[in-house]
Amino acid sequence: MNKPVKPDDTGAILKVVGTRPIRPDGVEKVTGRAAYGADLHLPGMLIGKVKRSPHAHARIVSIDTRKALALPGVKAVMTSADMPDLAAEHYEAGESASNLKDLSANVMARGKVLYHGHAIAAVAATSNAIADQALDLIEIVYETLPHVIDVEEAMAEGAPILHDQMFTAGLSETPTKASNIATKHRLDRGDLAAGFASADVIVETRYSSAAVHQGYIEPHACVASFAADGQTQVWSSSQGHFVIRGLCAKLLKLRFSDVRVIPAEIGGGFGGKTTVYLEPLALVLSQKSGHPVKMVMTREEVFRATGPTSASVVTVKMGAKSDGTITAAQVDLKFQAGAFAGSPVGAAVMTSLACYDVANFEITGWDVVTNSPKVAAYRAPGAPNAALGVECAVDELAEKLGMDPMVFREKNAVRNGVRAPYGPVYKNIGYVETLEAIKSHPHMSIPLGPNQGRGIAAGFWFNIGGESTVNVSINEDGTAIVSTGSPDIGGSRASMAMMAAEVLGIGVEQVRPIVADTASIGFSTVTGGSRTTFATGMAVVQAAEKLVIDLKRRAAETWGVEIDQVVWQDGAAHCLQAEKAPKGALTLAALAGSAGKTGGPIATVVALNAQGAGPGFGVHVCDVEVDPETGHVTVLRYTAAQDVGKAIHPAYVEGQIQGGVAQGIGWALNEEYVFSTGGVMENAGFLDYRVPVASDLPMIDAIMVEVPNPAHPYGAKGVGEVPIVPPLAALAIAVRHATGVRMHDLPLSPSKIRAAIDANAR
Amino acid sequence: MAQLSYLSPSSVDDAVKALSGPSARALSGGTDLLVQVRSGRAKPDQIVDLKRIPGLIGIRSENGGFVIGSATCGAMLSEHATLSKIWPGIVEAANLIGSTQVQGRASLGGNLCNASPAADSVPALIAARAICVIAGPAGTREAAVETIVTGPGKTSLAAGEFIIAFKLPPRGPRSSDAYLRMIPRTEMDIAVAGAAVSLALDTDGVCTSAFVALSAVAPTALLVAEAGQALIGSRLEAAALTRMEEAVRGACQPISDKRGTADYRTKIAAVLAHRAAVIAWNRAKEQA
Amino acid sequence: MSKQRTAAIVNGDPVEFLSDPGQTLLDVLRDELHLTGSKEGCGSGDCGACSVIMDGRLVCSCLVLAAEVEGCRVETIEGLSTGSTLHPLQQKFLDHAALQCGFCTPGILMASKALLDANPDPTESEARYWLAGNLCRCTGYDKIIKAVLDAAAELRQDRKSA
Repeated sequence: MNKPVKPDDTGAILKVVGTRPIRPDGVEKVTGRAAYGADLHLPGMLIGKVKRSPHAHARIVSIDTRKALALPGVKAVMTSADMPDLAAEHYEAGESASNLKDLSANVMARGKVLYHGHAIAAVAATSNAIADQALDLIEIVYETLPHVIDVEEAMAEGAPILHDQMFTAGLSETPTKASNIATKHRLDRGDLAAGFASADVIVETRYSSAAVHQGYIEPHACVASFAADGQTQVWSSSQGHFVIRGLCAKLLKLRFSDVRVIPAEIGGGFGGKTTVYLEPLALVLSQKSGHPVKMVMTREEVFRATGPTSASVVTVKMGAKSDGTITAAQVDLKFQAGAFAGSPVGAAVMTSLACYDVANFEITGWDVVTNSPKVAAYRAPGAPNAALGVECAVDELAEKLGMDPMVFREKNAVRNGVRAPYGPVYKNIGYVETLEAIKSHPHMSIPLGPNQGRGIAAGFWFNIGGESTVNVSINEDGTAIVSTGSPDIGGSRASMAMMAAEVLGIGVEQVRPIVADTASIGFSTVTGGSRTTFATGMAVVQAAEKLVIDLKRRAAETWGVEIDQVVWQDGAAHCLQAEKAPKGALTLAALAGSAGKTGGPIATVVALNAQGAGPGFGVHVCDVEVDPETGHVTVLRYTAAQDVGKAIHPAYVEGQIQGGVAQGIGWALNEEYVFSTGGVMENAGFLDYRVPVASDLPMIDAIMVEVPNPAHPYGAKGVGEVPIVPPLAALAIAVRHATGVRMHDLPLSPSKIRAAIDANAR
Repeated sequence: MAQLSYLSPSSVDDAVKALSGPSARALSGGTDLLVQVRSGRAKPDQIVDLKRIPGLIGIRSENGGFVIGSATCGAMLSEHATLSKIWPGIVEAANLIGSTQVQGRASLGGNLCNASPAADSVPALIAARAICVIAGPAGTREAAVETIVTGPGKTSLAAGEFIIAFKLPPRGPRSSDAYLRMIPRTEMDIAVAGAAVSLALDTDGVCTSAFVALSAVAPTALLVAEAGQALIGSRLEAAALTRMEEAVRGACQPISDKRGTADYRTKIAAVLAHRAAVIAWNRAKEQA
Repeated sequence: MSKQRTAAIVNGDPVEFLSDPGQTLLDVLRDELHLTGSKEGCGSGDCGACSVIMDGRLVCSCLVLAAEVEGCRVETIEGLSTGSTLHPLQQKFLDHAALQCGFCTPGILMASKALLDANPDPTESEARYWLAGNLCRCTGYDKIIKAVLDAAAELRQDRKSA
């Protein structure tokens, strides 16, 4: 399974790929020197702050900023009047698309505020304290409106309407009445009625999950500097500085060449840092004040105005024959989008049945606007919500059939050659192998005690490729620089350096990888969708291979032989005609040192749109113990197997799996947006928004299954998203088997579990 | 906050004077106050740091009991071997307040005067029958811990008054205490409900005295006399524990909020009191 | 609003600074002393990214007023290594890939140092509870705990052979 997909010229096995070197940005990070968005200081820099809506839904009657502007130390005040009023325009941003009109109104409210915490004005001042005082001096008159946050209430007849020009798309007839339902999605195949008619057993069930936040520890931060000649620089922590550039330029009608975005280190994103919140405001404030402006969100602002992902309601009807063959499945997914259209329900529709070979299905998705922050991408956006419903339904169906749920999954598993519910025919997938890895894992045979239960669930994510640019250059001493446009959110610089080192035949410490700014490298879309190691990695390999060809050509010229008489091995050119090379091999250092005589600098650029990202599958098993008196859940042990294609840096692949599982456990057990009746999030801090702490979790055993992806030079598949997909269901199922109670609504908080146990006992 | 000032007096008298202003706030560990100032929930014009006053930090034995400086941090309590042996419930309650980081700062005095119904150390101090030594413009006075908090965020302390120390009474043999709380995670949470039990046994293991106090089930921490009474004369037989649980449930008057429903809080308070009583009883048997 | 003058020892060096009464130790470390290794993740003592050691005790520097550190010794991430030699904890974090985004890392390293100063041989459970005030959203804590326990073992070995 560890055989290399692509050996070097000599057929040797991989020397760097698959090892665990220390990451090149590691020392900076363990010494506190790595510079994140909030760490930059510029001369004359001002502090920018945002005034936010105290109402969940209101018309803005007036904004008076005069008193704020008159306060000594205040250098600029802005509102949406300082930004272009844009027409609706679609902007593709890698993992998530934006409507620029909506995005503009999200970063600065226009006409209405649509959620508590919605930005309505911003100031720039010489100190934090003055900026705070200035915010208090901005006078706003609101006409409050009824609000709606629950997704089903927002869909109901008579609900308060957020956008009077929103008419549901995707219906057979164009509606004439405005609705909070932005879009109806639908995917179907076969004959649903016939499928259910041929079933021996049918389950109908419903699962809901609350809105949860990505919970990156670094709040959003940026510094913007707008020069008098219109050239701007933005330092920003994001998952894609090119997308920050594109969105800033579009929202403010600037030339792309005038917007230079410099990537700061990013303190976690998980999808939530693929769009803009502060950057356009900082640019406007910088332009108005003539100073650089730094903006950093508080944790409370992060919760109230960024992220989260959708609250959702998933209903599933699934039928099977008594031998366990699924005959039909009907899935309905209702997703909260927040204040503007664009929940990940489309991806939820496509992924919901992706693990199952079902002949007859109908999947419906509803994208619903609500008076809550506009959702942002969060790790496998949409898929965990869908998997909660489908995987729990599968467990219910297996239970009703009296079948082992693992055997039931194997029986219905998608395999190579099966057409995925979302269209393509699966090739080179490792789902069955992943199921087998869990089935044969020692975890499965550990006996359970009283009040303990085991839950198994599967998960799927497409993984994506996309656009990347890479520049590889060889220094005069034979060391290499790899420049990419892909922000490093989990160790990708290490894997980029490793792949370049592998091709060049040098040590990974000889390669320095950097993330270049938007003016220093060609376009690269966001780090998201688990694309960077695959797509940017592919560009790195291609660039290094181009250099090897160039180096072989230079050696051939030096020796006066044909290029096919030169082989590249261990970082040196070797001549097959020994007599032509009396001094032996030409090392990379030697070739680099004499580059001036063989055609000049050794450097190349590869820009590509990577295709063929292999889909990823994961199967998780977790054991819990539930205290029947308090309802408290203890996660005893957790094992996650995943098809990773080929692990370039196994330690960081494990890290992705472990991190995704931890987030999924938090989502399942304790994380949720709690809103007051007035539409105010009541737990906008890490005290009451409960992400897992170290003592909440056991070690998480990450099993890497390697079914190579032939589209990637080393077989890599994206790994970052899949691990958050199965845990919601795995926990719910484990709690079921520990307590005898099916919990249908996440989070599985102690009070809910105790209430369910009590109700069951009655 | 524009006129905020910071003072760190080195005497009780100076502190009393500094705290006599209309919106002066005493600073001990700061783990609640600084969060409130930052969020704008508290807007003091003067912060008076008590930690440089002699005696405010430290633990000493006196008249067979302990005197604990009100600004002594939780970590110092757990590092004190004798205190931890004799009052394990107080120490474990204080050590449940926040993280290791918070343990390096947060104090019994701050935990009490912050006047949260969910304060972890307060029920343990009440069950222990601890007394506060209070300094103020009229000199020092003493008061039982349960008389200090009058409602969420409100205390009976007058302007200029602050707590200097807590006195723990002398402890006989076969006595101990315990505190348990329910939180959704394993750390870093505010109690959804909490229960402290302090008791003394005779040589046969029969309770001769018992005190049960609760947190997060009423506007203030509660001393539930009937719950303690239910245990006296028992060796924690099932019937006694059932009577105690009923007394606990009867005393609860919780609210439903983001941290838990009223129904759940009431049920859990009884569960925790039961478990804490068993722990305290087992500990007491070990105390020769 | 008059500024107050404070003198303290930071990473072994005497420093003096002026601060507003409402400013925290974290504000001063980052904005006045330019020691930006301590991070602000929440400002309310709930994430631990600003952890420093003050007079031998682990604290959240966002929950300490700047003026409170008069005369105190403060250790931050910038003082953890000795010259260019990494502290064993720093090295083990690299060896075990115990960081991803790295934002929580300085606080976790300081908290881990305080742990090993107080308890040279912690169990997994003790390490997990000690570090419960330090949120990490990337790693699931698995490799962090392994790195801390491995560093503890190495430090015990060093002490034995010293």
